[in-house]
This record gives sequence, structure tokens and C-alpha cells, in this order.
Amino acid sequence: MDKIVNREALVGELNQKLGNCAEIFEDTTNQSIKVKADKIVEVMRELRDNPTYELNHIMNLSSVEYPENFTVVYHLNSLTYLHKLTVKVEVEKANPQVPSIVSLWNAADVMEREAYDLMGIVFTGHPNLKRILLADDFVGYPLRKDFKLQA
Amino acid sequence: MLKTQELALNMGPVHPSTHGVYRCVLTLDGEYIQKAVNHIGYLHRGLEKLAESRTYNQFIPYTDRLDYCSGLANELAYVMAVEKLLGIEEEIPERAQYLRVICAELQRLASHGICVGSFALDIAGSTGFFYSFRERDRVLELITRIGGNRLTPNYMRMGGVAWDLDEDFFKELKQLMDEFPAYLDEYDGLLTGNEILQTRSIGVAPVSKEMALSYGFTGPNLRACGVDSDLRRDEPYGIYDRFKFDVPVCKNGDTFDRFCMRIREMRESVKIIQQALKDIPEGPVMAKVPKVIKPPVGEVFHRIENAKGHLGFHLVSDGSTKPYRTRIYSPTFVMLGAFPEMAKGTHIMDAVLILASIDIVLGEVDR
Repeated sequence: MDKIVNREALVGELNQKLGNCAEIFEDTTNQSIKVKADKIVEVMRELRDNPTYELNHIMNLSSVEYPENFTVVYHLNSLTYLHKLTVKVEVEKANPQVPSIVSLWNAADVMEREAYDLMGIVFTGHPNLKRILLADDFVGYPLRKDFKLQA
Repeated sequence: MLKTQELALNMGPVHPSTHGVYRCVLTLDGEYIQKAVNHIGYLHRGLEKLAESRTYNQFIPYTDRLDYCSGLANELAYVMAVEKLLGIEEEIPERAQYLRVICAELQRLASHGICVGSFALDIAGSTGFFYSFRERDRVLELITRIGGNRLTPNYMRMGGVAWDLDEDFFKELKQLMDEFPAYLDEYDGLLTGNEILQTRSIGVAPVSKEMALSYGFTGPNLRACGVDSDLRRDEPYGIYDRFKFDVPVCKNGDTFDRFCMRIREMRESVKIIQQALKDIPEGPVMAKVPKVIKPPVGEVFHRIENAKGHLGFHLVSDGSTKPYRTRIYSPTFVMLGAFPEMAKGTHIMDAVLILASIDIVLGEVDR
């Protein structure tokens, strides 16, 4: 079983320091919090630098399309305490935009480009948001549910 | 006065030293690299999209083809993620757990064998290439006995492994493991202690701990920078907590350290397999799993310590037989993003070695 962070205390501390930005997200993993899109960079910086949590390793950056929104999922890990946290950011379908966390982890550079390339989520503030896996002139975002595989 | 200008050189997708179809556009000042830009995606097969129209069982052969040098370990990561979704992690039979450990460590030997061999080949030491591929071939013969196929065995299943292995397999495996440490000493003598290899790689592209953590390094590349982190010891999955093995850590994080890590890790893998061979019990190899795999609604993120780094699967299930979203976190995709930074200011010949020491496999980078 994963070691998880005390979410109530974490959410309370984040909301106190950065204004109303985070809340506990109920799902089957029991280790997720939901953060508002415009505050994500400050929240991530706080999670990484706060000595109680020290979530200094970004394990994964996924993008999922649900019927009502796009969700960007960040899986964070602490190499000192070995506890985990999942941070979810929900963005609207018409205009999916999330601030980029490249300034905190350089690993997010390629992962955000891939999420843009395949799912079409725009990461504002990214230094080089171009397609990475598909051809530069490709039209469409394959991982979206309305992109049908042929044959 | 001589006028000089920068030259753009294309290290094309077809290249003997790029370890696959990978293209890099280098901007050179003389022979020193000013800027390197990665172009990947030549092997993109859309596995994440394909997974949405295959059942959980049907996707297992696709995971073989991710990092095609370590098929069994990729399958293990995927199968363990689905088992976590189903909630049957405690019901895997003991014999299946030991077989899984043996398979994963055999794959580590095979994968590191490629890295050691192609590193030597990239310095034009083709003898070293044949030394390590000689052992890799024996490991691949064992994998053929496991799964029928050298690179894509398709052996792991949800709830255990597909079939049991016979006495002949274990006899050959024991013999190979008894002989392996002597072969590793040969590699050390020929390659690690070789003055040319040391001159070419010591001090080339050192990576500090902060840079490694920032760029998302995992696996042997992270341990070469001095960060003591190994999933098999810190957060053991399966039955890895029953094995005694050391976790080698190097200090400088340069190309030579990344190369040495592979040989040292091969020694530890041999130890783990020998311990597993001693303790493996008799019994069934497959738990009672329903014929149609329909996990409950939920999501999971599971990663294992693969030969190249942390291979992770983020699965989102909507209660049907096909996954709603399959996200594959591939370690070499993220580490390749650090290559332009590592290659800046170095010689072209050093850039080829740096690429070899990161140990990329394009099947995993592009998916």
C-alpha cells in the first residue's frame, strides 16, 4: 500500500497560505486533491519546498478526458518521506488551459508537450509548446474521445 | 581573418549510433555542440489510444513492444497495475511470485547487456559488443523457453503467470547464474578497466543530484548521480522484500558512472535470481481470476523498477472490459528531454556516448 499524505492537514495549510485553492477529491485512490487551475504553480511550489511534505519528485503527468471536463493528473512522490499525493486540475472542454510547471521541474517540459500533442490541453507559459510525437502539421488530437480510430 | 559560422548537422533517424529511429539536429561550432534539438515520434504507434479499444488481457502483448529489450518486465508492470485495480494483489500464488521475480531479473540482465554492449560499440570497441551479446544470447534462449519468443514473450497474466516452467529450465538457469559472475569479471577487465573507455567517458556530462531530480531521472541514471533510491528496496512490490541485495550508487553522475552502474546492477540481479531459485516453492501459478476482467470504477498508478528506470501505468477504469484511459509513463521519454542540456558544449563524439549512457529504447520513448 502507498504511504499517503494527511490530506485534511495539507488542504488546510494550502488554503491558509495561498487563498482558497485546494480541496480533497474523493476517488478510489484516497490520495487525491483537486486544485484550481490558476493557482497550480504556487501550490506545486509549496508542495515541493515545504519541509513537512517535500514532494520533490514528479512521478507522472497524465491528461484524461471525462465527459464533463479535461483533467490533468499529477502524481507526486517524496524521496525523503516516500509518501504520495495525486493532484488533479479540472479544466473546461471548450478552452483547456493550465499554467505550466516547467519552472519547477524540467521533466514537465516533455510531458506537457505530449499532453498538448495528444490531448490538446494548452499549457500557458511553456517555453516550447510544439507537437512532440506526431508530425508538426498533424490536425486533431488523437486521445480525445471524438477522434475515431480508422479500421 | 578566417570567418567561421555555425553548422546545422542532422543526426538522422537512420544512424548506427542513435539506438533506434531518433533524430537530433545539432548546431555546431567547429566540432563543439552549441545546441541540440530532439525530434522523436518516428516509432509512435499510438499504443495509448489502441488500449482504449482492447480488453485488459488483449493489451498485454502490446506492453511487450514498449521497451522491446525488456518485454517481461513491461508486462509485469501492466499486470500488477490491473491487479491493483481489481484488488487481487494478495491472492497471487507464491510460485507465481517467484517466477515473476526470476523473469524480471532475467530481463534486467538482458537489457543491461544491450547497454553495456552498445556502449562499447559506440566507442568502436566492437569486441566488447560481442562479449556482452554472447551472454545476452544465452539469456534470450532462456526467455524463449519461457514464452516462445526471444523479445516478446507474452507470459504474464492477471493473477499469476501463464504456465509453469519445467525442470530443464531451472537446471539451465542455475548453470547460467553460476557462470555469470565470471563473465561480469570479463566485462570489467575488458571494458570498465579499459583506459580508452575511461578517457572517453570520465568527466563527460556530469549530472548533479538537483539536475537529475529536476529532469525526472529514475533508475540507474539517478543512482549514478548519488541519489540512493531503488523501488525494489524502498517500496517493494511483489515479494522483493524477501531478497537480500545491495543497491549500487555512484558519486559523479558522469558517463562512466552511468556505464558502471549497469555492470554492478547485473551482479545484484544474479544474486536475486540465485536466491529465488533456492526458495521457489511448488504450487499453482495462477490465482482464481474471472474469465472476463471487469475492474470496478476507479484509477490506479503503479510503477516498477525496470532496467531503464521507473515504468509506470496510470489506468482509469469505467467499469467495462476495456480501459477508459491507459497512460504509460516511460522513463526514457523523460530522460531524453535532458539530452540537449547534457550535450551542450560537448564534442560530437561525446554526445554519441552520452546518448548511449542514458540508454534509450525508441519503442518506449515513442510508444
